[in-house]
Amino acid sequence: MNNPQLNSHGELIHLLSLDGLPRDILHGILDRAEPFTAVAEREVKKVPLLRGKSVFNLFFENSTRTRTTFEIAAKRLSADVINLNINTSSAAKGESLLDTVDNLAAMQADMFVVRHASSGAPYLIARHLAATQRSHIHVVNAGDGRHAHPTQGLLDMYTIRHYKGDFTRLSVAVVGDILHSRVARSQLHALATLGVPDIRLVGPKTLLPTAAIQMIDNAPLRVCHDLADGLRGVDVVMMLRLQNERMQGALLPSPQEYYKSYGLTADKLALAKPDAIVMHPGPMNRGIEIDSAVADGKQAVILPQVTFGIAVRMAVMSMLAGGSQ
Amino acid sequence: MQTIPPATELIQQLVAQLRPHVMPATVLVGIHTGGVWVAESLHAALGLTTPLASIDVSFHRDDHHLGNGLRAGGRISHLPEDVEGAHLILVDDVLYTGRTIRAALNELFDYGRPARVDLAVLVDRGGRELPIAATWCAYTLSKPLPASQSFNLQRDANGQLSFSLGEK
Repeated sequence: MNNPQLNSHGELIHLLSLDGLPRDILHGILDRAEPFTAVAEREVKKVPLLRGKSVFNLFFENSTRTRTTFEIAAKRLSADVINLNINTSSAAKGESLLDTVDNLAAMQADMFVVRHASSGAPYLIARHLAATQRSHIHVVNAGDGRHAHPTQGLLDMYTIRHYKGDFTRLSVAVVGDILHSRVARSQLHALATLGVPDIRLVGPKTLLPTAAIQMIDNAPLRVCHDLADGLRGVDVVMMLRLQNERMQGALLPSPQEYYKSYGLTADKLALAKPDAIVMHPGPMNRGIEIDSAVADGKQAVILPQVTFGIAVRMAVMSMLAGGSQ
Repeated sequence: MQTIPPATELIQQLVAQLRPHVMPATVLVGIHTGGVWVAESLHAALGLTTPLASIDVSFHRDDHHLGNGLRAGGRISHLPEDVEGAHLILVDDVLYTGRTIRAALNELFDYGRPARVDLAVLVDRGGRELPIAATWCAYTLSKPLPASQSFNLQRDANGQLSFSLGEK
């Protein structure tokens, strides 16, 4: 199979999706991320791995947290970072995506970090670069449409491995708006590849079609429309954000109704294992998908996720720029 | 083929060389991975009370951009709280091109400005590509090893150290 993310030696050259990345590559990224967690503790919070490289953050869709964490990661690797908010830039003047890419490539870009509302946009860029003999420019998908958000999926796996160790003995619930969530897709691919034997998809029928069970071939997925069923005895609860901005039509009666059935409260969380961890990719809608008492509670690892995210992004960018023996 | 004395013997020689120079506040810093093993032995034999430190040079390797990449199995450096003003002795198994030592110095200085840094190695195999020399060295090969040969310290299941020489 031709995977555009890998070169002929099986090394990662772009990070577009976790779909199709083998287990040893996923573990390889998580292993390499670990030393980077210590960089923030030093007197000098910088290492020179990307010195002299130019990283362009191409954000065709708004995002503060993801853009900031990519920016911090690239800066701690000593890269030069150029942020472009295309909403307010050339695209608004009618320039096509590939023309924008060509112009930035002509400015000697080494890496593009791409966020786009259309699924597949980062693939389009990677293919265009390959077709024009510019495969030395690396592409990182920072979220495309409903398709994938691979660095979020990786930082979530890093968090799970940090707190729980072995993936092959875990029960994991992914709760919420699975239909619209690129985060969920990346999480599910990674959980399945890493060998989690019990993955539960939890949400209302409108946000979690029964067909979702076929989302990933041969994965041990179970659909639960009842939150209690989904949470009973799990080690990890991965909450998703209710994506108001992506919802067209009446998929939900009201946020209050949703909270009543699917909001994570302390009572509901008590059904999971006593040492279960609670994760959320942010930004959180308190009082809609998660209660403040849980979000700020002992079991929440939501802020560590953010910190780990920087280390994971540093590992990914260094692997792309320098190869991964 | 040159005969190299056993690693345990070389460690004893290095201990004898170091003993007059270690002060109560001296900190040994082993370079991952072989250097940490040597530093552990030196630390015990010298009876040092300062904690043993270790350093990983992955972040400062000078061949990252050449596609040699970020190797798996990188470790976190464990350096003293206060590198500023400290007397540190970097410890490695084999001194070769000098590039690892250059990277280790850069890594060290990310944590502070030491008062003094020395270098102790078991074997100098020759082949330097940078102006770097060891302060103490237990054994210098009479003739540099060719670049085609690998020369590394190994540790077996019982913790015994020995050198292995082979073709790359």
